[in-house]
Amino acid sequence: MIATKNSMTAHQLQPDTWVDVYADYLFNYAVTRVSDSEIAKDLVQETFLAGLKSAKNYKGSAAERTWLIAILKRKIIDYYRKINSKKGKAEVRIGYSSSSESEGDWLEEQVADPFSLQENDAVENEELGMAIQSCIAKLPKKQSLVFTMKTVQGISTEDICKELGINPSNLWVMVHRARTALMGCLNENWFKI
Amino acid sequence: MISCDEAAIICNKTQYKEATFWERLKLRFHLFMCKTCSAFTKKNTQLTTLCQRANLQALSENEKAQMKKRLEERL
Repeated sequence: MIATKNSMTAHQLQPDTWVDVYADYLFNYAVTRVSDSEIAKDLVQETFLAGLKSAKNYKGSAAERTWLIAILKRKIIDYYRKINSKKGKAEVRIGYSSSSESEGDWLEEQVADPFSLQENDAVENEELGMAIQSCIAKLPKKQSLVFTMKTVQGISTEDICKELGINPSNLWVMVHRARTALMGCLNENWFKI
Repeated sequence: MISCDEAAIICNKTQYKEATFWERLKLRFHLFMCKTCSAFTKKNTQLTTLCQRANLQALSENEKAQMKKRLEERL
């Protein structure tokens, strides 16, 4: 454990728990920004390694998760810089539409609809995803594992039982506890804001 | 008549579409009489909707184990 003791409230880094606690949270954040799960996974891995490398610079003023998200943001920016550095530079696109049929149509058609809620939905759904993910991270390990396998990955009850060596009634009890805890957590962190 | 505990389990199963026809019927009947379980079912269904809307993603246990290994090499 790498401890920084500035004050009683100073945060600490615990890299040995990072993957269990933050991997899915960071992965969700990354995947909505790069829309490729392989790349998102790599970015999360790089974030952890970079975090480890610069752990000595951690002042303890920000929570561990905020600090890791900040690193991940840098990694995402770097990723886009890298893929944009070579290609696309010589290419100049004129015209707003890629299909030739609509050539000559007016730009006014493409102006954002100020009453549309669609864009807000995307933002809100992403925030919702992060809120749920941070609630899942607060669950006991076994419950969060069962809940994630069942709800997020959609694995069948039978397969989960086989993989974890539990029986179906164990599974449903764990699902029940996880869901009850999540309802409470979301009540506090999502509906009240 | 089923107990509230049983009703809760069936309610969770319906969230994953894994309750049998008889279970669903028993649950309906229970909800008709029990205010507490009705409220729970409403909340539980809402949680399912939220999870679907959020389009959650997760890494598999295998992928996490690999990440951990890579991280531990540097610890």
